[in-house]
Amino acid sequence: MADTQTPPSLDLEAIRRFGPYRAYADEVRVDTGVQPERLVKTHCCFCGQQCGMQLKVRGNAITGIEPWYEFPFNAGMMCPKGVKRYLQQGHPDRLLHAYRKDPAASGGFRELPYGEAIRRVADEISRIQEAHGNDAFAVLSGASLTTEKTYLMGKFAHMCLRTSNIDYNGRLCMVSAAAGNKQAFGIDRAANPWSDILGAEVVWISGANVAECAPITTNYVWQAREHGAKVIVVDPRITPLARTCDLFLPVKPGRDAALFNGVLHLMIENGWVDREFVERHTVGFDAAAEEASAWTPRRTAEVTGIAEARIRQAAEWWGTAKSSFLLHARGLEHHSSGVLNVLSAINVVLASGRIGREACGYATITGQGNGQGGREHGQKADQLPGARDLGNPEHRAYVAGVWGIEPEELPQPGVDAYEIVRKIDRGEIKGLLSICFNPVVSLPDNNFVRRALEKLEFFVAIDFFLSETARYAHVVLPGSLHEEDEGTVTQVEGRIVKVNRAVDPPGEARQDWRIVQDVARALGRERGLTFAGPREIFEELRVASKGHVADYSGVTWERVEQSHGVFWPCPEETPEGVPAPGPQGTPRLFEPGSWNPIARGAGPFYFPDGRARFHPTPYRGPAEDVDGEYPVILTTGRVVSQFLSGNQTRRIGPLVDQYPEPRLEIHPRLAARLGVADGDWVTAESRRGDCTLRASVVTTIRPDTVFIPYHWGGRKSANQLTISAQDPTSKIPEYKVCAVRVRKAAGPPEYADALEPQQ
Amino acid sequence: MTAAPQREFFIDPGRCIGCQACVQACTECDTHRGVSMIQLDFVDRGRSTQTAPVVCMHCDSPTCAEVCPADAIKRTEDGVVQTARKPRCIACNNCVLACPFGVPKMHTEMHLMMKCDMCYDRTSVGLKPMCASVCPSQALAFTTREEMALLRPSARPVNTFRFGHQTIRTKVATLVPREVPEEIVDVTAATFDPTIGHEMLDDVFLDGDEAGVSS
Repeated sequence: MADTQTPPSLDLEAIRRFGPYRAYADEVRVDTGVQPERLVKTHCCFCGQQCGMQLKVRGNAITGIEPWYEFPFNAGMMCPKGVKRYLQQGHPDRLLHAYRKDPAASGGFRELPYGEAIRRVADEISRIQEAHGNDAFAVLSGASLTTEKTYLMGKFAHMCLRTSNIDYNGRLCMVSAAAGNKQAFGIDRAANPWSDILGAEVVWISGANVAECAPITTNYVWQAREHGAKVIVVDPRITPLARTCDLFLPVKPGRDAALFNGVLHLMIENGWVDREFVERHTVGFDAAAEEASAWTPRRTAEVTGIAEARIRQAAEWWGTAKSSFLLHARGLEHHSSGVLNVLSAINVVLASGRIGREACGYATITGQGNGQGGREHGQKADQLPGARDLGNPEHRAYVAGVWGIEPEELPQPGVDAYEIVRKIDRGEIKGLLSICFNPVVSLPDNNFVRRALEKLEFFVAIDFFLSETARYAHVVLPGSLHEEDEGTVTQVEGRIVKVNRAVDPPGEARQDWRIVQDVARALGRERGLTFAGPREIFEELRVASKGHVADYSGVTWERVEQSHGVFWPCPEETPEGVPAPGPQGTPRLFEPGSWNPIARGAGPFYFPDGRARFHPTPYRGPAEDVDGEYPVILTTGRVVSQFLSGNQTRRIGPLVDQYPEPRLEIHPRLAARLGVADGDWVTAESRRGDCTLRASVVTTIRPDTVFIPYHWGGRKSANQLTISAQDPTSKIPEYKVCAVRVRKAAGPPEYADALEPQQ
Repeated sequence: MTAAPQREFFIDPGRCIGCQACVQACTECDTHRGVSMIQLDFVDRGRSTQTAPVVCMHCDSPTCAEVCPADAIKRTEDGVVQTARKPRCIACNNCVLACPFGVPKMHTEMHLMMKCDMCYDRTSVGLKPMCASVCPSQALAFTTREEMALLRPSARPVNTFRFGHQTIRTKVATLVPREVPEEIVDVTAATFDPTIGHEMLDDVFLDGDEAGVSS
């Protein structure tokens, strides 16, 4: 039971003044007589698919959306979030001023002139760094920002603040896939464009609720099936995509590596391994095979909770296919063994030899809008631009040269986002700047996170709406929405696309890159942070990324727009005899005979010998398994109409109405044992907190598992329950499995009558 | 004006993922902004994630128009059945009750029956309807019959439906598996054999031993 943490208050005062309230279309937005003055081609502000779309603009208002049929990735398709994203613009909750904390003021905040707010932020940063050292001030950033902004955040932390402690919310999202891909391939990017899903004989989807979290990808999967592909889905729930898949493997949460080990075992036993490929292009097969040898189908079934016959069937389809595409997402990655899980999936891809060719592919499905670009250019704890390493002397020297500083002036690698919170709790970090990150909702065990934030001597949040996290700030600076700025993002396939400005920020709000540079100037440390705009930042990023893995040097904004996106790597110069990438860059990685700056012709993979790496992937159970006291597995995830911590989507009326409040999904067999009927209030408790929600009794979930979507804050937050156990390498938290107990609630929770559904 | 070749509207219910992009996009249509003409429901959420989108089928001989006492519902020359004409509609609900597909909706506050007009403002100038543009699974699709045959070789468009003794031909086609006879969509036949997909999927969890589930 929640022994040390107190649950969050309802925050009624802050909510009354700053929302979230629901916005609906009205006035010019529903007046059928009003035509837009112009259409602005851009991309969605939400997930990593980055669907192309057009915004209808009239004056400084976005009045609706229009499909952009010519953009090849989605050809006009959009999910409900994309269709309604325009309602975040001109929203009544929008922060139009800077604020300072003032308990006496309405909602706990008082308006502050922008210049004064910047002055105060700079003074507090100086004071804290002088008194406690540079690392005592930390930065938390995000992967919904443009690549230019993420580059700027890294440079701001490493060059201006000279703090080791910057990390980003991709730590909760992409890092297990990134680490696994780096360990196996030497590069962290989807290996193939989505067009390679078409033509695959088998599409294997592990831990990815494609229909709700990456809706556009559905059409690729269905289209592959129209031409004969068999679709295998591995998930503890029958997701909308799983409903009609060809083979459904209802994996017990946290057991993915066991499943892939079992599949590799069967591939070896039945001679389904591409020995020639393994021999010529990989190392480490024997060690992986040794580990797999223990994973008989019987043992795999016992551990994974999947019927043995289904495991055999999946292995046979996978093992005997001529072409295939394996996709995974957070269901595989959000684990204390997230990297191992990813490596176990990569093992079966490498063993099949089906990669680097048409219709033979592998990819993780990126979560955030710029989940790919946001993890490449230096806002990660241990990273410099171009996917370089902050701990590598050569890399430090190169980037220091680009920035005009000495390598010694760069700090050493820092710690991950959750460790930053722990350091705050321990008093080692005294000050924090956050942007594009809502840890009070999105980090696990968030009662602990709230406690830590309350200890900060100074916390400044840059945001466009007052997020649950910004409520803890001493100063709030009014930032910009996606549609108020321009820049590039890199979407799920590794395709760099261009986001365009449709309107200007209202009131005193301004573009985030201006705010960050204003802080640097007020600190008197503006050297290197005097960019006139995102294009100038991008031009420097091209140089800073040159010559390493994530090479953007050959990419220009013009080329991005002309080619409907450019896939990195896209070097400006290639050695003699190596053809330069085409107008679209490098859509497919690892093609036979391809050149890269690490292998330099030795082979298609990004290691000096050009070979991919197998890894033995010993199965480790979840950090917290069920027991007599907490006998039910909790897993968390998303719904189609909400995005991440909901700071934007919980303010968009039609999206709130589609799925207003979190519900706890529970199988009728477990529900019957607990005396719970559909719609009843139930309380789920873990060792860290409790949460009372309505039950949704469905046969589409494993009877030993319950599911709660995590988009809500306060007492509705699933992350009151989740565990802060992390993967030892990637530091991703284990959102997908922890132990809870569930009971019928005595009555409705306190929030039921006090709050609107989205609050 | 009609640059595009003859494009048609197809519904492929097996592809539907219930995301409601169509419903949300319908409210962005320029002729009825803020109001959706699409109904999308879970068939039985307790047992399945199956959902079914319902858009107007645009009948050749529309029952809604036939039963309208005020002659308010018109069909265009190119076969699109339109929302009731506001000056004529008496909000009597006959059309709502009579439509075999359950499409027309009475908007009592406006005293008007409203229904899908296949985004006439878009389709009449060669653009796709909003719902079929955005649909991420392309359960709702708008393309030529030839293109559809190439894209979905195992499916067959059906335009004829039988409701009791009434046979209805529609402009909108439903895609059904190629090898299945037309009778499968006859509701009276279907009522004698209520086997639907989720029965099979239930087995995944219900047979504890087979699925390896410990209870």
